[in-house]
Amino acid sequence: MNLAVRPLTAMIDPEAGPPDCATYEQRGGWQATRRTLNGLAPGEVIDIVTRSRLRGRGGAGFGTGQKWSFVPKEPASERRKYLIANADEMEPGTFKDRWLLEGNPLQLIEGMLLAAYAIQAGHGVVFLRGEYHLACQRLERAISEARSRGWLGENILGSGFSFDIHVHSGAGRYICGEETALLTALEGRRATPRSKPPFPQTGGLWGAPSVVNNVETLCNLPHILVNGPEWFVGLGTGGDGGTKLYGVSGRVRRPGAWELPIGTPLRQIIEDHAGGMRPGYELRALLPGGASTAFLDVTSLDIAMDYGSVEKAGSRLGTGTAIILDDRTCPVGMILNLEHFFAQESCGWCTPCREGLPWVERLLAAIEEGTGEHDDLDQLARHGRMLGMPGRTFCAHAPGAMAPLASGLKLFAEDFAAHITRRGCPLRHAA
Amino acid sequence: MSTADHPLPVPMQTEILALAKAELRPRGAAIAALRLVQARFRWISTPHLREVARLLDMSPDDLDGIATYYNLLFRKPVGHHVILLCDSVSCWIMGRERLCAHLRETLGIRPGETTPDGAITLLPTVCIGHCDHAPAMLVDESLHGDVDVKHLDRITDSLRESHR
Repeated sequence: MNLAVRPLTAMIDPEAGPPDCATYEQRGGWQATRRTLNGLAPGEVIDIVTRSRLRGRGGAGFGTGQKWSFVPKEPASERRKYLIANADEMEPGTFKDRWLLEGNPLQLIEGMLLAAYAIQAGHGVVFLRGEYHLACQRLERAISEARSRGWLGENILGSGFSFDIHVHSGAGRYICGEETALLTALEGRRATPRSKPPFPQTGGLWGAPSVVNNVETLCNLPHILVNGPEWFVGLGTGGDGGTKLYGVSGRVRRPGAWELPIGTPLRQIIEDHAGGMRPGYELRALLPGGASTAFLDVTSLDIAMDYGSVEKAGSRLGTGTAIILDDRTCPVGMILNLEHFFAQESCGWCTPCREGLPWVERLLAAIEEGTGEHDDLDQLARHGRMLGMPGRTFCAHAPGAMAPLASGLKLFAEDFAAHITRRGCPLRHAA
Repeated sequence: MSTADHPLPVPMQTEILALAKAELRPRGAAIAALRLVQARFRWISTPHLREVARLLDMSPDDLDGIATYYNLLFRKPVGHHVILLCDSVSCWIMGRERLCAHLRETLGIRPGETTPDGAITLLPTVCIGHCDHAPAMLVDESLHGDVDVKHLDRITDSLRESHR
């Protein structure tokens, strides 16, 4: 039953550890692979996934089937191509892919195999963040088990299709989650993003056609291919298909992550699943999907957490993991913390981002410390406009950094003003 | 005591060459090779960096551009144990500043420094994906969540004990 409503996490049991190949198969694993490799053409897989309305779960929300459709169609045996799982979960406030990686690595492996078959890629890479030690161990073990049982390697199930997976452990840099920077990192160069075109689908890793998909996105594939695209669309409550791993952190009663129908109302996630605010704290505002999404205030609590609704409310679904700002935490201090992160993690490739983000951080630090001037607010707003607009930098790092700043300047205008007139933080972060 | 000035052990050189061979171009193994060196010597010394560069057919400066780019690759010596205390937003909201102040006081060092006995290095780290148990930290490879001051004292005591 769980498998029908919560396909991604049904097999995850933290006490028992991840399922081995036999248990995975017993509970419905590898069914999709059997059906697909010997029954469907690669183009049919792309078509099914397109019809399922699966959108990228890493933050950008691009249609998965559409993303694949740009890959040149030669069979894997005739052209070197790559399928890469983006497991570089580094968006502050995000802890959903860890759950899937540690809980059921075989599901990711099967998802990668299916995606690779669809785009006819013979080479798989998991780009795993270096801090996920347990995930790395479990993934390596699952890969070698899958390999020894013939689910990876040459001529899988006698289909003629060959595919294997290599795990790359990263060394800690936020920008590596950006797909072109990720490719540059894998090539042993400083991981700066690339200008597009060429898009990775035509000129990716080592110049070969490549697709980079998020872990959660890939984990959906076995279920879509077993149950069909209509079933998947039916799981969502709005226009998007499937379930979503939502999370909440901050001063709520039960911080955590839950697999829910995509489009679940924000209020339900915070109040029913996270248990509402801790006694003595009120919800003031929140970042709905990680550090690089714009603030929403309490007037937005009744929106559906799907791509379109969150965008209409002025933010982004992002990774779907919300960070709660309570009434006893200083919003200026929180934004300073966020901009410190973005300034530090700017790769330095584009001047506006490299110079602008540290400038923003210094201005915010001055305001928080009590040496800020009213003009500084104009300067911050100008940065929000100039850097917030995509197209001035190679990647979305600076626009992402400006989302909480620009929205915060409006939403917390009184707090900013009070910091300046009262020469410091009236709400000195109480911890 | 440190072997950072000694040549890389031959088995490690062989391992790095094997990593390089598994990649389409040798430089694809850059991060894996540097991590290998660090796992053994705790940091990457300049002589070691030069050796790895030679094995990967890269210039030392090219490889250093990578080594210095990443938060988890150390180009300076670190202590026997490294505490990575998360400084990202969820942990900040949940009181990581107080934990940091406590560590500074009890260890007598600032973030980025190592205790004089060489036991512990304290470093800030970006979000480690344990936000539902904020504040969180990594002590070497082990993950700790819902950290409070008492928890910190227990951990630093046991790290010092094991170093003695």
